[in-house]
Amino acid sequence: MKFDYTEEQQLVADSVRRFVAQDYAFETRKRIVASKEGWSSAVWAKLAEIGLLGLPFPSEYGGFGGRAVDLMSVMEAFGEALLVEPYLATVGLAGRLVATAGTEAQRRELIPAIAEGRLVLAFADLGEAQSDGSKLNGRKRVVMHAPVAGKLVVSARSGASAGLFLVDARASGVSMTPHATLDSMRAADVDFRDVPAVRLGEGDAAAAIAEAMDYATALQCAEAVGAMKSANDATLDYLKTRKQFGVPIGFFQALQHRMVDMVIDCEQARSMASLACARVDAAGDPGERARIVSAAKIKIADAARRISQESVQLHGGMGMSDELKVSHTFRRLTVIARELGDVDYHLERFARC
Amino acid sequence: MDLDYSPDELAFRDEVRAWLRANLPEDLRRKVETYDDFGREDLLRWHRILAKKGWVAPWWPKEWGGTGWSVVQRYIFEEECGYAGAPPIIPFGVTMCAAVLFRFGTPDQQKRYLPPMYAGDVFWCQGYSEPGSGSDLASLKTRAVREGGHYVVNGQKTWTTLAHFADWIFCLVRTDPGAKQQEGISFLLIDMKTPGITVRPLILMDGGHEVNEVFFDDVKVPVENRVHEEGKGWTVAKYLLGHERMNTARIGGSRRELEKLKELAATQMKDGKPLIEDTRFRDRLTRVEVELMALELTNLRFLDQLRGGKPPGAEVSMLKIRGTEIQQALTELAMDAAGPAEVTLAKRYCNFRKTSIYAGSNEIQRNIIAKMSLGLG
Repeated sequence: MKFDYTEEQQLVADSVRRFVAQDYAFETRKRIVASKEGWSSAVWAKLAEIGLLGLPFPSEYGGFGGRAVDLMSVMEAFGEALLVEPYLATVGLAGRLVATAGTEAQRRELIPAIAEGRLVLAFADLGEAQSDGSKLNGRKRVVMHAPVAGKLVVSARSGASAGLFLVDARASGVSMTPHATLDSMRAADVDFRDVPAVRLGEGDAAAAIAEAMDYATALQCAEAVGAMKSANDATLDYLKTRKQFGVPIGFFQALQHRMVDMVIDCEQARSMASLACARVDAAGDPGERARIVSAAKIKIADAARRISQESVQLHGGMGMSDELKVSHTFRRLTVIARELGDVDYHLERFARC
Repeated sequence: MDLDYSPDELAFRDEVRAWLRANLPEDLRRKVETYDDFGREDLLRWHRILAKKGWVAPWWPKEWGGTGWSVVQRYIFEEECGYAGAPPIIPFGVTMCAAVLFRFGTPDQQKRYLPPMYAGDVFWCQGYSEPGSGSDLASLKTRAVREGGHYVVNGQKTWTTLAHFADWIFCLVRTDPGAKQQEGISFLLIDMKTPGITVRPLILMDGGHEVNEVFFDDVKVPVENRVHEEGKGWTVAKYLLGHERMNTARIGGSRRELEKLKELAATQMKDGKPLIEDTRFRDRLTRVEVELMALELTNLRFLDQLRGGKPPGAEVSMLKIRGTEIQQALTELAMDAAGPAEVTLAKRYCNFRKTSIYAGSNEIQRNIIAKMSLGLG
């Protein structure tokens, strides 16, 4: 049992902290969010340069062989900074599927492109049987980061089995209706009409998809912990500086106790995020993996709700304002609690595992 | 980062588990299982079994009978005892009074009190709370007046757990009413057989007798029974508060209760199917289970900090807050699952309301975190 970072993990944590401090201040993020593209290719290039885009991939494809626990500090820092770039979609979800389900040739082609920052991916689950093997048809709403993706990884199911497909985002037959999400990210409703598609890997991909979803969920739990910490830090700072009735409002016990409960929830969420990341790293029973990841998501969703709501409440009117970061953190936490399966989904899945 | 126990730690856990299986008397385990009350002899019997094995006070210095275990081993031991359904080791002697004696006691006091405490020859209790002094303990009024070689003690303690079993009591008393509140307090060890002491039961809402009022009426206590200097009792009390804060979450015991609850919910029927399949009940249960999983890991994270030489601060109070919230939630779910016919479980629900009140109420724990850890107030 050991919770400290290893030397390598500490190096990663330090470099991602430096990146956030230098290149991703809240004002910078505001400019990125307000831009036409809604993301920064310069930031993306920087992430490639410091090795974060290749971090989780095997070294034979240009990656660094990092495990989920090695990515925790990255996700947490991105959560604190409210990073809007498609890191989780590219590296954690679609990229994970390339790495685990793709053919050798596909891995050799795509993973170096991801690691070097040349390829952004998005993932879309088209649902039930909408492919005839070479052409995809269907519609998927809110495909995160689709407007900036070079390729889409698409899953299509047929009964209990599922196939994965690679689609060029600019292919004929793909049409996108882009929009901004509540948390200032970009997504699109995507229509597929007789879209030429290439199989990603071969055979039934259901197990790989389930694994990638759990992997991405575990990483997002770590991201949520970063966002919660940011909300808590901002709130604690506000309690110490905002004065009413002649004293800092943190003098009042009614607020102190609520702050303490927020801090406890954040620590409990951190414990569950660690547990989930450690579990997706351990090759083991998929049922046990699903159970632990769902447990983590239940805790993260509940804690995200409490902390986001309380952080706004304890900021008073200022918490409502678009100007303060805490209202953006509120929105991000509200979305995370519902992404990759909301709390009801995970309560149900936990009980069945 | 590695969340699993090391092979050595796992081997240790297996050793403890096997020993408990072989040495925990079945009748005592049954009493825990059925939430029966423990008598003085039950508690001392288990204490003596552990003492004979050399495990009753693991953290004690080795020359006094300690085991030399790491903090993680100590944690594993406590949690395994809880999980196995062992009776509690009553903490007032070997955990609390001993800590004070090791830190502040004279060599004579150590020699006199520690060996019988270890052996389980003497039953200790704790005289802290008074009718007017609960959370604001430093306002205590029990008076000790120096007369030659003795203090004469007058006053009243309350909520005194197991005073009706106790041979000795350690007490905070006021020796100087003129001094600033926290500077006029001293720490005394008092023989319960001394004339002038009266113990009166306080019956709790579950009908059980575990706490008492203790009255002191001109009780003569030799001066050599004072630990640390006169007027330094509050220093002693504060030291004790900071001692052994790592096992307040009671993870092992809650894990056992959770398993029992699942078994119960699998056999109770509701609308023609097992209660465990009822979504409303199941989701309540799941949230408690998840909180417990998280708290176990949070506890281990604190232990790891301690082991790494960076003792965690006031935030360990969260172990007591969440640990007791979980214990209470489990008793409530068990009561709901069993239904009104099972009065034992309903009484247990009632009894467990105490957990968020005793040993520093959960509100006091929140104050501690707010002030010491967050810098508020």
